[in-house]
Order: sequence, then C-alpha cells, then structure tokens
Amino acid sequence: MSNTTYAIAKDNDGKNILKFLLGELKPKGKIFTPFNIISIPIMLLGLVLIVIRFWKGIGSITNLTQDVPWGLWIGFDVVTGVAFAGGAYVITFMVYILNMKKYHSIVRITVLNGFLAYVFYAGALLLDLGRPWNVVNPIIGNSFGTSSVLFLVAWHFLLYMIAQLIEFSPAIAEWLGARRAHKILSGMTLAAVIFGITLSTLHQSGLGAMYLMAKEKIHPLWYSEFIPVMFFVSSIFAGLSLVIFEGSISNKVFSDQISDKNHKAHHGIVISFAKVCAVTMFAYFFLQLLVFVHGQHWDLLNTTMGYWYLTEMLGFVLFPMLLFFYSYRINNILLVKIAAIITMLGIIINRLNVTIIGFRWDAATHYYPSWMEIVVTLAVIFTEIWIFRWIINRMPVLRESPTWAKNQK
Amino acid sequence: MSINRRSFFKFLSLTGITLAVGKESVAQSDKGQEVDFLSILYDSTHCVGCQSCEFACAEAHGLPEPVGAPEAGKIRKLDETNRSVINCYNTSKGEIYVKQQCMHCNEPACSSACLTNAMHKTKEGPVIWRGNKCMGCRYCMVSCPFDIPKFEFHSANPKIQKCNMCFDRLEERKIPACVENCPAEALVFGTRRELIKEARKRIVENPDTYVDQIYGEDEAGGTGILYLSSVPFNELGFRTNLQKTSYPELSKGFLYSVPTIFVLWPALLLGIHEATKNNHVKEDENE
Repeated sequence: MSNTTYAIAKDNDGKNILKFLLGELKPKGKIFTPFNIISIPIMLLGLVLIVIRFWKGIGSITNLTQDVPWGLWIGFDVVTGVAFAGGAYVITFMVYILNMKKYHSIVRITVLNGFLAYVFYAGALLLDLGRPWNVVNPIIGNSFGTSSVLFLVAWHFLLYMIAQLIEFSPAIAEWLGARRAHKILSGMTLAAVIFGITLSTLHQSGLGAMYLMAKEKIHPLWYSEFIPVMFFVSSIFAGLSLVIFEGSISNKVFSDQISDKNHKAHHGIVISFAKVCAVTMFAYFFLQLLVFVHGQHWDLLNTTMGYWYLTEMLGFVLFPMLLFFYSYRINNILLVKIAAIITMLGIIINRLNVTIIGFRWDAATHYYPSWMEIVVTLAVIFTEIWIFRWIINRMPVLRESPTWAKNQK
Repeated sequence: MSINRRSFFKFLSLTGITLAVGKESVAQSDKGQEVDFLSILYDSTHCVGCQSCEFACAEAHGLPEPVGAPEAGKIRKLDETNRSVINCYNTSKGEIYVKQQCMHCNEPACSSACLTNAMHKTKEGPVIWRGNKCMGCRYCMVSCPFDIPKFEFHSANPKIQKCNMCFDRLEERKIPACVENCPAEALVFGTRRELIKEARKRIVENPDTYVDQIYGEDEAGGTGILYLSSVPFNELGFRTNLQKTSYPELSKGFLYSVPTIFVLWPALLLGIHEATKNNHVKEDENE
C-alpha cells in the first residue's frame, strides 16, 4: 500500500499533481473498523450540535452560566489539550537543540501531533466564541489589547502553528516529491524550532497566567501567583506522557510503516522518557509543595476540596513519579506506559481543577458539562485522529524518508 | 568601582524599561490618580428601594422592564436583561436597600483582560463595551472581581451587557439615567475626587449614621462607584475579601517577563545548539 504511494510520489515532478492529490484523497484500508463505527456517528452528531450552537446561541447546547462563563470547551479542549501538545517543543528541544539524535525517529510524528492538536483545540475555541466573526480583531484590525494575557496567547497560538507547520513541512514536500521546496524548508527547521520553543514557553505558562486575575474565584489550594510556572513545568511531562501513550498505539496501528531499526529503538526511547518525566515531575512536585507551604493553607486540607487536592498531588503526581523512577530502574516498558496514563489523568485533573472544578467552587450552583458539550469535544478529538491517520498513511511521518530526501543534505 | 556599579544598574534599568515599553505596554493610560474620573456616589441610607433607577436604566438601554421587587432574604441577580438591580438585606440595623451595577474600576480587570480592546476604560471614567470589537470570548467575565459583565448565552449574535454609566447620555451632556430619576437623592453624580470629599464630609458630620468606610475608595484599586452604608459592608452582600490594589497588577509580572524571554530564549537555545552540535557527528545525519 505504501509502496504505491512512493511510486506516484517519485515520478511526480510537478505534473499531474491534481490527479495525484485526488488519488490521495481516497480512503486507504478498511472502512468498517471499530474505530470508524464509533467515531463516525459521534462526528455527525457533533456537526449537528455545532449547527444548533451557531443558530440558537452557545447556551442552547452548553451548561454555561453567568457565574461560570468558561466550561469544558476551554478547560479541557484548550487548556488541557495544549498541555498535552507540549511534547512537540520538548522533543524538538532534545533533538535539535541538545542534538540528541536518538529521538530523531519520533520528531515528525510528535510535531504532527502537536500541530494538529493546536489546529483542532485552538480551532475548537471558535465554537466557544460568541462573536467569532470578530476573531481577526486582535490579529489585524487595529484592536490590539496588548495588556491582555489572552492577546499574547492568541498570537502565540497562531505563530506557533506556523512554526510547527514549517517544522513538519519537509514531510509534505517529500510526499509531493517537491525536491527544491524540500531543501528550502529543511533549512528553515532550526529557526522554526528555536522560535517554537520560545513561543511554547510563553504560551504554556500564559494559559495559566490567564487565570491570575481570577484571584478570589479559584480555590486557594490551586490559586497562586505561580500558576504560570506550574503550567509550564507540568506541560513538559504532560507532553512526554502523551508521546509515550500515542507512541505505543501508533506502534501497533501503523506497525507496517515503521522500520525494524526504529521499532527496536522505541524501547530505549520510552525508557529514557520515563527518566525525563520522573525528574521534571519531581521538580513540579517540589514546586507545588513550596507553594503550598508558603500559601499557609494547612486548615483547608481537612475539607472536601483539601482531600481532592491531596488526591491530585499524591495519587496523580507523586505516585506516577515514583512509578516512572521505578520502571526506569527495572527497565520495564509496560510500567512506563501505566505511569504515563496516570500522569495524563493527573494533568486532566489539574487543569480542570484550576479552570472548572476549583473555579467558583463556592458558588451555589456548580457547572457540569452537558452531554452535548462532551459530544462536541469528542467529535473534535475524533476528527483530529482521522486527519492524523490520513496524513500518516500518506506522508513519510513514521516510515523512512525517500532516498532523494536523505541524499539532499 | 562604584561608578561602574552604578552605571551597570543604570544600564540594567534602562534595558528593562525599553523592553517593557517596547513590546507589551501594559501600563496604559489607566492611572486613576492623575485624572479625575466621572463617578457616582450611592448613599444606601437614603435609598428607599423604589426601583426608579432600575426602570430608568431599562428604558435608557432598551432592555425589558425589570421583574420582581427587592425583598429581604431574596437576592435578585444581575443578568443579561438588567444592568442595574436593587436588593434588600436584613441587617443589624433593619432592612437596607443596595443598588448593584458595574463598579467602573479605575484600573478595570475586564478591560485589561480584553484582547480586542472591546471593554474600554474611557478617559472620562466609564467602562464601556464596544460590540464591533468584541469576539465574545468572555475573558472579561472570568476576570471581573465583581462578576459584572453578563453574556447573552441564548443569542446567535450575543452581546455583553453591563452598565456603561450611560456613556451615550454623558456625551450629550446629560447625567446617567439612574441618577436623574432617583427621587430619594441616594445617587449623586460628579467627579471622583469631589464625591470622595462629599462622602467623607457625610461620615464626619454623621458619625452615628455611617460606618467609617467608603466602599470603592480602595477596593480593587479604587472604583468609579462609591458606596456609603450604615452597617458593615459584608452585611450588604459586598465582597469584602477583594484586594486593595488593582487586578491588572496581578498579571503584570507575567507580561513584563515576556519581552525578556523573547530576547533571552532564542540566544540561549542557539548557544546550546552550537555547543552540542558536534557531539554526535558519527550518527546518521538525515534532517
């Protein structure tokens, strides 16, 4: 299957490009897989709900209230989704800045994953905007709210998507057989990486800084002036955990595309990620501890929210951290994967605690997402996976680049 | 030696200022101290809860007529259909009426949160919302310490509803509708400085009537609406846990660090890249 793609790409020198693209649009592989059977109805239902949302207003399908103006679509889709997309800047940092070539085989898939996460989760933001036709105002149109953290985050999302697209573009060039473009685009990689890491540092922390002004609205166990630092540090191991998780799935689903060499290297990669995760989680846990001690909230521990805080810190930070350490010591890849899943759950819990659960925790009525908000969220995630799969089946993301691309350098 | 040190610090602070002003000019014109904003003083000891202000407000802004009447023990909340509301509270001195609306902060959290400048602190004082700029992200609602901006969740073309101190009327040299229609003289319109003076005078002249506090003088860095009361403000449903400095101050530190990181990070990253470049020359070099 992949061999035919090569053949087309190879003798395609600018001619018949339209024909080639049309051919690539056709689905490859079986249509009635369990994933398709589950995802297609949800995506269709999500589409219907989105139409209702633009027709009748945001309140028609969400449970948002005047007290809780941001719900699942911001707290999960955007804030949590972007934390998970942090893997891209961590991996590019290791490969291009620290020159750790051993991780090179997973750069493309991680960058692609990050890029799609930004496109879809930041794109989901449009659904949450009441007046989306004004979305260009902070970009063009002389309405620059430069004192807003959200202004910074919006610009960074946009610029970072461009940087990631440049980082990924050599794969597109290889797919299209565009040799000259490939050379130019490959030359831009280092600049895009440096720019991308800088942007990531600022907007990962910026997502936390957005909540700094909600000082009295967020439960004191989760609010501190260090939210930006916490969000940044936790995005490192959140991103890596997702890379471990996603890697273990891709390795099975797309096993036909991965060379034997990379298959064997994967074990070593995962094990060294376990170490990186453990160390950053230790730093994170220590920071949280310092903030807690300085906040002097000992009395709050013996409340329902206090127990929930302890659950998060001990069960979903300290425990997976120790598990990462242990699995690294005994070189057990299954334990690493389990630790990665617990860490990911912990990140979801943490981001939701700041944005939803701890937000107006003292309000009379609490916010719970409606089933329709959840369906739309799932539809967004499934659409992303569809595009992800479509690209991997066509472009050299997991499989080796064509020989001409390798020889070019 | 000492000259070196001094010039070093001078250089450092100059760089800091250039960086700060260069990229993110956070410290906008919102300095309450120098300009005298237009303000409203609300004296709750005069208010009789007649709702004239509510009806005048609804009429002035084309909103539906207010529903219900103030009743002790029952809170009527602000929402997307009313910008001003009167509530009644059972207090240590009997039933007391309180009006609630936008506080028109000197340095509003909402306007500094707004990424399109739709929420705007006018130089005259009122904080206004401009629909042609707003993209409906509701970050103003998340940031406002008084929970004032309200969003039309059930509209395909939703607006933010909040008191704008009748800015359009002010431009026609008329006073806000609520002040004009108050029969009990509970509302006074003027500049912030003279109203604080007036409020102090009332407190000094009637120490038995008023508690010795003007709510809004320092809360959230000072607000354009000032309140006088005969009982402590927490009995009237006011938020008394708010900080005395402005809310935009909370994210200033982060925003000031942005230009620094933007300058330092790329240099640092490039440096590390160059330093580690030749570590693995033997590895395959596919890009």
